[in-house]
Amino acid sequence: MAVEITIPTALRAYTDKQAVVSVEAGTVDEALQALTTTHPGLAKHLRDSSGKLRSFVNVYLGDEDIRFLPEKANTALSGSESLIIVPSIAGGTR
Amino acid sequence: MSSLTPRDLRPGPTTLRVHRGALASIHDHARRGFPHEVVGILAGKRAGLEVSLAHALENERAGEDATRRFKVDALTVLKAEMALAAKGLEVVGYYHSHPDHPANYSDTDLAMALPDTSYVITAVHGHEDTGPTIVDTRSWRLAEDRAHMQHEPIELTTP
Repeated sequence: MAVEITIPTALRAYTDKQAVVSVEAGTVDEALQALTTTHPGLAKHLRDSSGKLRSFVNVYLGDEDIRFLPEKANTALSGSESLIIVPSIAGGTR
Repeated sequence: MSSLTPRDLRPGPTTLRVHRGALASIHDHARRGFPHEVVGILAGKRAGLEVSLAHALENERAGEDATRRFKVDALTVLKAEMALAAKGLEVVGYYHSHPDHPANYSDTDLAMALPDTSYVITAVHGHEDTGPTIVDTRSWRLAEDRAHMQHEPIELTTP
């Protein structure tokens, strides 16, 4: 299935300036894996050294945060959905 | 881990151009919010790294926690950025304050940083006589290996 993934502005340097990347995938996780296979420079910014999505990386399926979906990243995609990657802003002195 | 380790202040390859009014807004926000950390968006033109507007956001952390950390929900940031885009403003980066701490990035700031984005940190210190006082403001930019941030000199501009 072709799934469209919207890339935040700060990461478009790693997708040849594309705002939306189309990948073939059957689940959310497959879509994100396909994204970093096609655009390997994205991987270190999206995932930590253990391969987990970084805490500031939020992925929405429609308007639902995938962390709150029952099957999370294993949620199946029918092909008509789009994913959006949205960074949250956090930091501080400790 | 201490967040107060000295940081490398050698200038990196980029310079952030900030309109005087935008910097004044950041400083006002930091003083008003003291002793809590404040946060906002640096809006302007990504090409040339020009900041013409500082857009304040609300730190969603509360109480004691807000004196040392900040967080803004992703969708809240997205909505603010869409509203700025409608006015022709791009996101150049983000600012936040470090109450009673230096304007150096912390390990948390480094872990949470996006590439290709300027992070302005303003140090605001409590002062018995004059109240919260801005002592330093610096901009930082994530290095490609994510191992550190590079100091990005700030050039003040008059629009």
